[in-house]
Amino acid sequence: MVENVMHVHGELWTVKELFVLPNEYVYWSIQIVMYPFMTGLVAGAFVLSSLYHVFGVKQLKEIARFSLVFSFALLPVAMMPLLMHLQQPFRGIHVMMTPHFTSAISAFGIVFMAYAFIVASELWFEYRKHFVLTTQALAAQPQRSGFDTLRMHFFKVLTLGAMDISHEAVQKDHNAVKKLASLGIPVACFLHGYAGFIFGSVKANALWMTPLMPVIFICSAVVSGIALCILCYVVTMEIRKFMAKRKISRWSKDPNAPSVEELQSAEQLEIKIVSNYLLYFMIAAITLEILDLIFRGYTQVKSWDILREVIMERDFNKIFIMQYAFGNALPFLLMVLPNRTVRRTTIATVLVMFGVFMMRWNVVIGGQAFSLSFSGFMHYHLPIIPHDWETFREGLGGALLVMATPFVIFYFLNKIFPAFMKEEEAH
Amino acid sequence: MKRRDFMKNTIVAIAGASVPLSALEFIDPREVLAANPEIHWAFLINTYSCVGCGFCVKACKTENDIPFEANASRTWVERYVYTKDDRRYIDSPKSAQYGFTDARIDLGEHLGYQDVDPNNVGKAFFVPKLCNHCATPSCTQVCPVGATYKTDSGPVLVDRSWCIGCGYCIMACPFGARFFHPVLKVVDKCTFCYHRITKGVETACVNACPFGARKMCNIKDINDPVTQIILNERVGVLKDEFGTKPQAFYIGLASEVR
Ligand code: SF4
Ligand code: SF4
Repeated sequence: MVENVMHVHGELWTVKELFVLPNEYVYWSIQIVMYPFMTGLVAGAFVLSSLYHVFGVKQLKEIARFSLVFSFALLPVAMMPLLMHLQQPFRGIHVMMTPHFTSAISAFGIVFMAYAFIVASELWFEYRKHFVLTTQALAAQPQRSGFDTLRMHFFKVLTLGAMDISHEAVQKDHNAVKKLASLGIPVACFLHGYAGFIFGSVKANALWMTPLMPVIFICSAVVSGIALCILCYVVTMEIRKFMAKRKISRWSKDPNAPSVEELQSAEQLEIKIVSNYLLYFMIAAITLEILDLIFRGYTQVKSWDILREVIMERDFNKIFIMQYAFGNALPFLLMVLPNRTVRRTTIATVLVMFGVFMMRWNVVIGGQAFSLSFSGFMHYHLPIIPHDWETFREGLGGALLVMATPFVIFYFLNKIFPAFMKEEEAH
Repeated sequence: MKRRDFMKNTIVAIAGASVPLSALEFIDPREVLAANPEIHWAFLINTYSCVGCGFCVKACKTENDIPFEANASRTWVERYVYTKDDRRYIDSPKSAQYGFTDARIDLGEHLGYQDVDPNNVGKAFFVPKLCNHCATPSCTQVCPVGATYKTDSGPVLVDRSWCIGCGYCIMACPFGARFFHPVLKVVDKCTFCYHRITKGVETACVNACPFGARKMCNIKDINDPVTQIILNERVGVLKDEFGTKPQAFYIGLASEVR
């Protein structure tokens, strides 16, 4: 008989082997790998910025402000993969309209909004003085271009009418930032622990179901967030050093602009401290992951036979080589060996981020690599070249789009909230 | 006031206060019915009777508009073949919508087909499967918008106009009963033919099975002959370890069937 080609969702990228139930496919694909990866970066970046604000780690001043802006840029991107993966994306708003609170995802909107609100207000307090100064500076210009007038009004609106920049007022801002940052830490951890809970509570999935999942997710989130901040920070500093050398933009007019040497030493100091934090969180994350693995191997419940085959044989390279060796062991060595340099740390952060991405992959895709019948396997083939909308959004294209978006957002946000401000403006 | 009188008065006061409270309680007929429903649908599958003809799958796809070319189905039939030298094979080609017309085992795209020597077969049997319409379903629990829900009379349904297509329920079902409808792009699953049973007609699959391997009953009606079997015979359910309390009961369930 002649049959038209009609694909059930998931069929395009799933290859079944041995006995897999007819309706089983890799339903949660690359976008669901991106989701915990991106929320992890948000949470991690925020935790890093809070280290300075809450615990007063003075040396982290520069990178803290940078991470705060960056975590704000990452925020919208945390829900992008979720929306892109929905079969009915235009109905996404139903989650807000009829949240069904027995479900772990239903509160996502609320948690996410609460968190967004905290980060936004923290940013506002942090940058209020800057808004006021910018407005005043623009207003003082005798001949303003149309664009500058527009900018002036824009910044004026951003101040929300709070133009007082006396010492006390700024001090109050400062206290508010501190309070919001301390409130933000648990909320950021919740936001991400929650992503872990969404997986950990799926009782039908033998690989996912463990109460350790939220904790593992939080630790690896902080790891990836810090790594990303270090990386971006180094890249931006390199650009600034380059500009300082060539006397471009600010360095051509401002005699007080930091010199190459100043930038260099500031960078080295910050990186040194931040990478220590990175190491602590890495140790915690790896310990928990290994504990989970050992526990499964030791208790050997019914699912262990198939899990062992997936973990030790089929996904061995992805788990032990790519995730643990290249994503954990190697960067760990790079950072603990004596005479750690900025360059070595930078390489380590790239590897760390790769490792965390692989961990998300191995959890999300690995959890769907075996059948509920425990008698068959599913292989996931990431669609590389899209031939329709579905293979784009659930393929490499969609993943790259999600990855690139925060940088685009950061570029524009940086114009409003300059992540690297002149000292006298900052507090 | 004497101590005894005080005690007596107190007791009267407490008793008096509690009466109006319960009297105020609003009686919602739907709630009463839900607490003591007269109907609770259950399913009975006799694996000894199933010959793997796949008529049920065909009937279901036709009745419920699930395209035949789609590799997903609300109900399906599995074939189990155990050889005498203890090799185990399971398959369900195209959900068995055309029955088992090939003696070879379908091992999937990669591995192709496996020949089994008929003289070497130890035991072999068929197991029809469908949504178990669990009493405490994990699928309805996880739906973030409440688009899938359990009706008072048992069947678990999906509101196609409200499902956002997140797939969380698919992940949460331990039985692989759910899939995305290839045309409508919302979750789909067996409804126990809700549109039929509520009109007193049996489900399409029960109707189509020539061997009586599938039966339905109201498990609240102890005079129903099918209910009698569930109550009096040795029946089992799939994967009870997940605690979803499946309402599809099996006669002759082997431990290998998962
Ligand atoms: S079998 Fe699956 S889809 Fe059906 S009620 Fe149970 S958990 Fe839900
Ligand atoms: S796919 Fe539809 S029915 Fe299933 S959990 Fe998501 S919204 Fe609910």
